[in-house]
Amino acid sequence: MTLRDFIDKLLGRQAASANTARQRLQLVLAHDRSDLNPELLEQMRREILEVVSRYVEIDLEEGDVSLETEDRVTALVANLPIKRARTTPLPASVASA
Amino acid sequence: MSRTILICSGKGGVGKTTLTANLGIALARQGASTAVLDADFGLRNLDLLLGLENRIIYTAQEVLAESCRLEQALVRHKQEPNLSLLPAGNPRMLEWLTPDDMQKIVGLLEERFDFVLIDCPAGIEDGFKNAAAASREAIVVTTPEVSAVRDADRVIGLLQTRAIEPIQLVLNRVRPRMMANQEMLAVGDVTDILALPLLGLVVEDEQVIVSTNRGEPLTLNGSRSPAGLAYTNVARRLRGEEVPIVDPSKEPQGLRARFSRLMQTKIF
Repeated sequence: MTLRDFIDKLLGRQAASANTARQRLQLVLAHDRSDLNPELLEQMRREILEVVSRYVEIDLEEGDVSLETEDRVTALVANLPIKRARTTPLPASVASA
Repeated sequence: MSRTILICSGKGGVGKTTLTANLGIALARQGASTAVLDADFGLRNLDLLLGLENRIIYTAQEVLAESCRLEQALVRHKQEPNLSLLPAGNPRMLEWLTPDDMQKIVGLLEERFDFVLIDCPAGIEDGFKNAAAASREAIVVTTPEVSAVRDADRVIGLLQTRAIEPIQLVLNRVRPRMMANQEMLAVGDVTDILALPLLGLVVEDEQVIVSTNRGEPLTLNGSRSPAGLAYTNVARRLRGEEVPIVDPSKEPQGLRARFSRLMQTKIF
């Protein structure tokens, strides 16, 4: 946060728009470059969580799967906090239920 | 060895044609024989910016059909004879040229000129594909606005799949004060996002409109206006000269600028 952002916040003013522009661009470009629409991404996210949760118990509230992009390379980033490992993996049908 | 450079942007109205006209004249003034090819024949405007609109008789299409020679179709600039314009076609033309046609025409131009600049139509459809088919390098023009940067990104992706190399960036219509106040994407934001080397930075300059009205590019009379100097520097860099790029939003501009830099200090 810059000094200006801080003062803007204190005075209840809107933050400078360049930051918003950069963030919106990075998000939209990650999707443009990967050619994945939000619906497909959401489906993929659900399936990844499903598979992972067969092996470890994960915090579904905190879990996040998203696209990030840097230097024209788009990466799928999954951040899934593990609560505890399962000693034996659950069968696919149970986890998805 | 001739260099064929595509000047493209994806989005319309960001300054492709203005860059092509000014860069063409600047290169010619620096002693390089230069041809500018208007690949946008549906909505051609390069002739107008160069003040050559009344001198076009033939186009690349007649050359391809062998109804005239290349020399007859080339429009040589009177004040800057090192520069010639070739329109790809005329607006009445119904059929698009093919990528093969473009390659043939550019091949002919490359025999005669040091630089061939291709003014690409906006969009990423046939017009773009034709123009890209004949190009070896590219300059992508963008402005520090979300829509222009997004479209530039699409175009860069398409150029990279065609092995066009190098691809360099010209950031146009920069407003230093807005940038300093963080109300416009910073130069570094755009170069980071697009991951291209910066070939030039052109500030918003009313003189561009004045020069367009007259049909005399700023570089023609060695204008000292900010945009004129910037275009001349783009030409110098293109020819391999080391000319530093100054970020105008970081230039010292008195108390106001120092205050706005203070406001940008990262506090946490």
